[in-house]
Amino acid sequence: MDIKNRIFPNLYQDSVSLMQISAQIAGLDGIEQASVVMGTPANIVQLQDAGLGQEFKAGPNDLIIAVRGNAAACDAALELAQTRLTAKPASDEGGIRKVAPVSLSMGVETMPDASLALISVPGDYAAAEAIKALQLGLNVMMFSDNVPMAQEVQIKQLASQKHRIVMGPDCGTAIINGIPLGFANVVKRGAIGVVAASGTGLQEVTCRIDQLGEGVSQALGTGGHDLHEEVGGISMLYGLQALIEDDATQVIVLVSKPPAQVVADKIMARASAAGKPVVVHFLGAPRDAVAPQGITFAHTLGDAAEVAVAQLRHQAIPASIASLAAADATKLDALCAALPAGRKDIRGVFAGGTFCFEAQLICQQAGFVASSNTPVAGNKTLTDLWTGHGHTVVDMGDDAYTRGRPHPMIDPTLRNARILSDMADPATAVVLFDLVLGYGAAAAPADALLHALQDAPRGPVLVAHVCGTEADPQVRQRQVDALRAAGVLVAGSNAEAAVWASHIARQQAGR
Amino acid sequence: MNTLFNQSLNVINAGLAGFADNIRQAGGEVTHLNWQPPALGDIAAGLALARLLNHPLVEAANQQAMSQYLAAQPVLVDVLAASEAIPAMAERKLILHAGPPIAWDDMCGPVRGAIIGAILFEGWATDHAAAEQMARGGGVALEPCHHYGAVGPMAGIISPSMPLWVIQNKTNGQRTFSNFNEGLGKVLRFGANNDEVLQRLYWMRNELAPAMQAAVRQLGEIELKPLMAQALHMGDEVHNRNAAATGLLIKRLLPALLQTSTSLSTLQTVVSFIVGNDHFFLNLSMAASKAMMDAAANVPFSSMVSVMARNGVNFGIRVSGTGDQWFQAPANPVEGLFFPGYGVADAAADLGDSAITETAGLGGFAMASSPAIVKFVGGTPADATANSLRMQSITIGSNPAFTLPALNFAPTAAGIDIRKVVDRNILPIINTGIAHKAPGVGQIGAGITTAPMPGFVEAIQALALRIQQHEEAQQ
Repeated sequence: MDIKNRIFPNLYQDSVSLMQISAQIAGLDGIEQASVVMGTPANIVQLQDAGLGQEFKAGPNDLIIAVRGNAAACDAALELAQTRLTAKPASDEGGIRKVAPVSLSMGVETMPDASLALISVPGDYAAAEAIKALQLGLNVMMFSDNVPMAQEVQIKQLASQKHRIVMGPDCGTAIINGIPLGFANVVKRGAIGVVAASGTGLQEVTCRIDQLGEGVSQALGTGGHDLHEEVGGISMLYGLQALIEDDATQVIVLVSKPPAQVVADKIMARASAAGKPVVVHFLGAPRDAVAPQGITFAHTLGDAAEVAVAQLRHQAIPASIASLAAADATKLDALCAALPAGRKDIRGVFAGGTFCFEAQLICQQAGFVASSNTPVAGNKTLTDLWTGHGHTVVDMGDDAYTRGRPHPMIDPTLRNARILSDMADPATAVVLFDLVLGYGAAAAPADALLHALQDAPRGPVLVAHVCGTEADPQVRQRQVDALRAAGVLVAGSNAEAAVWASHIARQQAGR
Repeated sequence: MNTLFNQSLNVINAGLAGFADNIRQAGGEVTHLNWQPPALGDIAAGLALARLLNHPLVEAANQQAMSQYLAAQPVLVDVLAASEAIPAMAERKLILHAGPPIAWDDMCGPVRGAIIGAILFEGWATDHAAAEQMARGGGVALEPCHHYGAVGPMAGIISPSMPLWVIQNKTNGQRTFSNFNEGLGKVLRFGANNDEVLQRLYWMRNELAPAMQAAVRQLGEIELKPLMAQALHMGDEVHNRNAAATGLLIKRLLPALLQTSTSLSTLQTVVSFIVGNDHFFLNLSMAASKAMMDAAANVPFSSMVSVMARNGVNFGIRVSGTGDQWFQAPANPVEGLFFPGYGVADAAADLGDSAITETAGLGGFAMASSPAIVKFVGGTPADATANSLRMQSITIGSNPAFTLPALNFAPTAAGIDIRKVVDRNILPIINTGIAHKAPGVGQIGAGITTAPMPGFVEAIQALALRIQQHEEAQQ
């Protein structure tokens, strides 16, 4: 049996609240007697009489907690009493309104188990918010763009020190633990993990995996600048390592434009030693590049998904989808036969930047040099943003078109108008476009377009690709059916759509 | 190793509300912030703030500052003339004023009026014109009370022969001071300086102060923190309401006073003066608060506010980790009620050192304890309680010595953290009296105001700079 006390000098409390604390700690298991009082001479005599000790170095303004019981219980009681004496008020007591959280640090107070900050504040403020999130121990997804590269480097170095993931800046999409973040699709959970430096690239790969019947463990974005030499691929390397260590991930897919050589070397070295299959797609990398041990190169975004699924199922690596099936060729040839000979141009009208990029690459490989507002190497820069001339492939999600306007994935009005104007051009053989579904995207992305198509005179062939899944709010099959009903050819991937467009252009060129 | 994949994803969403809706719809947990650009949108200050968040140097310094603040034991030990208590005031013609430093030409009406009154009181000039000439011409030095460990309500004027309450922090031995409260109406602290005002000041110096000195010396000391804690349970917040505290003080002083050799006629006037002024305790509350805050001052790298004070033009703050540096901004307007016949157009800008009480977790921070004045200074008891609760989100901790019955005896929020103020865009609230802008009219209302943000933003950058310099020196 122990007798213990603790004294808080100069801590005045009214006797009623002290009696309440006394009653609470006296009720603890293992406590025989307890008292919390101010140290007045009368109170000290009472404590002595109650057998709670003899000597108390306390005056009338000092608070005494005295307990008798087994040693552990005494310690627990003293702790409890101290907690009660310093407790913050319950914020919902008495109908008093709660303070709404306005900052990350307040957010962490209301959600102590928070694990990630999703930051989409204006770019000027985004770096500070990301640093705060890291200081608070959170992982970070930065949807915000226009963050200076030097700040991106600082943020990512801080993240490395703190062992946290930073996705972005300018990371449009991710799927963590099955939850879609930013612009993301509802994809089955599974065993394939993806790290991508491109937003629509990540969406295309994860959707295709879903369409092939497999699922995604984690889909991490890095932002478009991560693989620049200055940043050094910090996010991709960290994401890759996280997927290597993740037991739920059996196959890893990496997607990026070709990185700086020194960065590529680091990523390849890490990927090669992953201990699980890694599929790498560098958009526009030479087709004949030889992959290191443990790594398989994929030729297109769609191929990255196909190869990953084959790896997961221990099947042979399939041929690239960027080749034309005989049945498709027959169908396309029939459509071309009905086109006037003067219709020769490919007109690509994209909402997804990476889709625009990939379509240009595939058309170029087929021999068609196009103009674009975001030209790939070897293509030409647009002279006229608003009217197509010759083969023209535009990214309408680029700043040139979105300044002061919503992105075409959110509001396709401007994009639809461009499709109609390209259809009306007698030089157009094929209009190639994408429809991106998922959270964040327009609720009914095809409706306005299909409505406009009803009244438009039939001119060129329309080829579309729908990036999405059946579980997306817009339901992919519903969009595909509606497009097909309106006479639009719907391909299985962006690459396939571009192959089809190239074939049509080749047929028309020969007439 | 990162555990993001091994725990449920709980997201804090800053920015587009639609992203939070999507996460919720997909079955995820999300807290959406009512985010707004911090630091008044100053990007560099926002980055400085971000780097200070959870910074180990700052966290450790704040713990130290906070524990020194909590450990302070302000005790009333004496009554002395200002020239005795503050040696500098015996060496040169020096008058102290409220708030951060300010030149005569920039001062507001009430402060100028009070300085003229003090010059006349000291006999340094014989008429108002000569007194004004002296102040304007630099014939008397004008400095903040805070530079000498002192505080004064409203104009806060202290001249060498004025009596001061002497408070000692028993924990560290340091002394702080405040002048005596003159009551309401035409009084020096509101800028009045006519003969009635001067006669009262003479009487306070010649009769009240010796009586108080004798009583205090008879008692030896009066512990102020327990007295203030008790007053909080009796409806005071010890800034704008001091009725209970004044009563408690009289209970302590009277028996001692009766044991001194003070004459009966003096006893009669002294007692009737004290019981006629519900604010008599205010100056002691302020000096005790100053003692607690001085204990927390000058802890390197601490982001805890150690002073908030107003000079009738600017609102100034000092921060523990940046020492004696003032960060100033124009005072925010007061939201309040006016006495009959007065309105906003008559009001002087926020004035006085009394915001030291809020700095110490009292006043507006303890508003929930004072339902008697909540209507006067801003709405319903629920508003007052909400204010006290909101202050919890900008403080380092709370002070268990001061508890609030309306919040189930929760301790008051205490230790204002400039990082939280700037990050959360929540300003410290201050209960305040409203002075007429013309000298000498007096108090014309009361209300609540807030400390202005720009000073906090500037302080963040100054603290960040000190830490950066320290870290660079370490490398």
